[in-house]
Amino acid sequence: MSAASVFFALLFYAAAAVLLAGIALRVADYARTPAPLKIPTTPAPRTRGGVALRLAREVVFFESLFKGSVWTWIFGWLFHASLLLVLVRHLRYFTEPVWSWVVLVQPLGILVAFGMAIGLAGLLARRILVERIRYISVPSDYLMLALLLAIAGSGLAMKYVFRTDIVAVKAFFLGLLRFDWQPLPADPMLYIHLALVAALMIVFPFSKLLHVPGLFFSPSRNQADDPREARHLAPWAADLERGR
Amino acid sequence: MAQVKAPPLREFPSPQALLPGAMEKSRPYVASEKIQSAIGFAGELAEGWEQRAIGHMGTLLGKYRSLKVFMDSCVHCGACADKCHYFIGTQDPKNMPVARQDLMRSVYRRYFTLPGKLFPKLVGARDLTRDVLDEWYTYFNQCSECRRCSVFCPYGIDTAEVTMAAKEILDFVGYGQKYTNEIIGKVHRIGNNLGLPGPALADTLTGLEEDVKEETGVDVRFPLDEAGAEVLLVTPSADFFAEPHVDSLIGYAKVFHAAGIRWTLSSKASEAGNFGLFIGNYDQLRTIALRIREAALELGVKRIVVGECGHAWRVAYSFWNTLVGIGAGGRDPFALQLQRQLDPNVRQPTHICEFTWDLIQRGALKFDKDANDHRVVTFHDSCNVARGSGMGDLPGGQFEIPRAIIRAVANRYVDMASETTREKTFCCGGGGGLLTDELLDLRVKGALPRMEALRAVADRHGVNFMATICAICKAQFTKVLPYYGFKMNQVGGVHQLVSTAIRLNAH
Repeated sequence: MSAASVFFALLFYAAAAVLLAGIALRVADYARTPAPLKIPTTPAPRTRGGVALRLAREVVFFESLFKGSVWTWIFGWLFHASLLLVLVRHLRYFTEPVWSWVVLVQPLGILVAFGMAIGLAGLLARRILVERIRYISVPSDYLMLALLLAIAGSGLAMKYVFRTDIVAVKAFFLGLLRFDWQPLPADPMLYIHLALVAALMIVFPFSKLLHVPGLFFSPSRNQADDPREARHLAPWAADLERGR
Repeated sequence: MAQVKAPPLREFPSPQALLPGAMEKSRPYVASEKIQSAIGFAGELAEGWEQRAIGHMGTLLGKYRSLKVFMDSCVHCGACADKCHYFIGTQDPKNMPVARQDLMRSVYRRYFTLPGKLFPKLVGARDLTRDVLDEWYTYFNQCSECRRCSVFCPYGIDTAEVTMAAKEILDFVGYGQKYTNEIIGKVHRIGNNLGLPGPALADTLTGLEEDVKEETGVDVRFPLDEAGAEVLLVTPSADFFAEPHVDSLIGYAKVFHAAGIRWTLSSKASEAGNFGLFIGNYDQLRTIALRIREAALELGVKRIVVGECGHAWRVAYSFWNTLVGIGAGGRDPFALQLQRQLDPNVRQPTHICEFTWDLIQRGALKFDKDANDHRVVTFHDSCNVARGSGMGDLPGGQFEIPRAIIRAVANRYVDMASETTREKTFCCGGGGGLLTDELLDLRVKGALPRMEALRAVADRHGVNFMATICAICKAQFTKVLPYYGFKMNQVGGVHQLVSTAIRLNAH
């Protein structure tokens, strides 16, 4: 076992812990914080079922973004849909035998890696070229795009230029899952790719990437428009009422 | 402010260049110590305000999920950036919704997030200094809390929630806005926003009865504090004497008369408006709304109907059940007390448009539509009605019902462009507690997108009357229409049109 293998093993345990614990804590905090008033952006669904559909449309189609900016929608949706398929495709490195539906996605795998890169490049171009968006951008906005682009780039580089022993990589990650560590191939491009992914996992719960859980807790999207039919009272507001 | 000028109308509304700092001088008057302390806020900024402001921000983050989630979730995608009427009219980049939110988000990151504490520059975090606080005062007082940006945000981030939190913090540390806070004081002291005392209100209503009698020959009543009436009408106090508001009040009275329904106004609840909303203060919202509950209980009415007022309808529809138990579904003694009295077969509260439309559908009202033939009508959706409330049984009823009434009482109706109506409607430019003279420049510029849409239908279809159901919209347009070459009487209420066409002899 090389020092690098040990380093990456520890890094991924740490990154996974930070990612999962960080998001869990954040989600628990969101869930604990009351929404004292009914503030769905109307017109809004009148029922919980309708709300589930509204959220599903936001998650799957980015409905509001489509209304807001078609260009951002094209690049943003392309990036997110591609990222999802890339993640699904990477499941093959964590499962043995590989799940059959993951095998089905396999042929799309490389195509969507380019989709991801194109989407990110489009978003970056918008950030630089559109004056309004340049004005609101802070360094971390560019860094986040750069990080994701570098992850996509290093992944593609491994596929086409600096090929690695993918069977050994899979053995390494299965080893991590089974607490039976295996060596990682000593390829610089692999190291880069994995280090960037770990960085993304660690940054996630402290950054704007919290938009992922945030959407589900957004009162303007997740509340049913039924304020006249059901009394909605936050615990602290009920205390206020009892106090008077 | 002598040289307030309307920006030129754009034939093809398109993205504009940024003008940084264009509106940095636009600030409303600061509330005096007396105004502040009258409603329980710190009188003025005092030593240690920074800690108090951050402390209060922490309190709000713990009480409002909206604020917490909205502070975290923004990715700076820019979908909202060109959606604000104040940005469109002023081109000041800090009037982009995302930039306005970032005035607070930058402080949130500095004091409440790990990266902001460790690497402030990297994530755009900054200390809460006096300059930053002044910037808050300037630019959070250039947001009318209209929620248009929230329609386009992929996470539903609502700048109105952020603005309300900022105003709440500013009030807490003694840096309140005069116009809004003075009015809140008046509601508590006198009972309505305009400071019209009970006897003056009674006189005004008697005068209106005489006017209507003279004009129509019919005894249409404007009852005040009549216990045992079926309906309590709660309406913005502007309806009592401001033009064109009063014409809608006459319209409501004629509807009640023609349908033979006993109704009353209340001197205690002589104001539907609730400026507690504008400053995001739950206690104020609730205390002001409690007057309505008390008046309803005292008068023994079966039904509460709300007049034409945008933010009041948002508060009534979305918040009254929560705040004071006006509505259904509550199982606690507080809510049940009112539910036992109010008619469970109708929605409580009811918008006057729902009320009138229901009567029209049942054939209880008759109209001479030709009486409105001198008007070519369009409808301006008011922001709080459009994006913060509902009407009727179906989502979007708040768009369809007022239009249905207009079509029932007038022959000539034209909609404005679809990207400026319904959920995408533009604010009039005067909402959210900005309807004050020292902000006239902002108000005129903020009306630009609506004026462009109105100009288009005026030129193409001869539209000469813009109906709306909001007291602030009416007051704002009356003031700014002339800057864009329209006449001030080209705005009015939906029930002004009803008033013109309704037949009074049914009963």
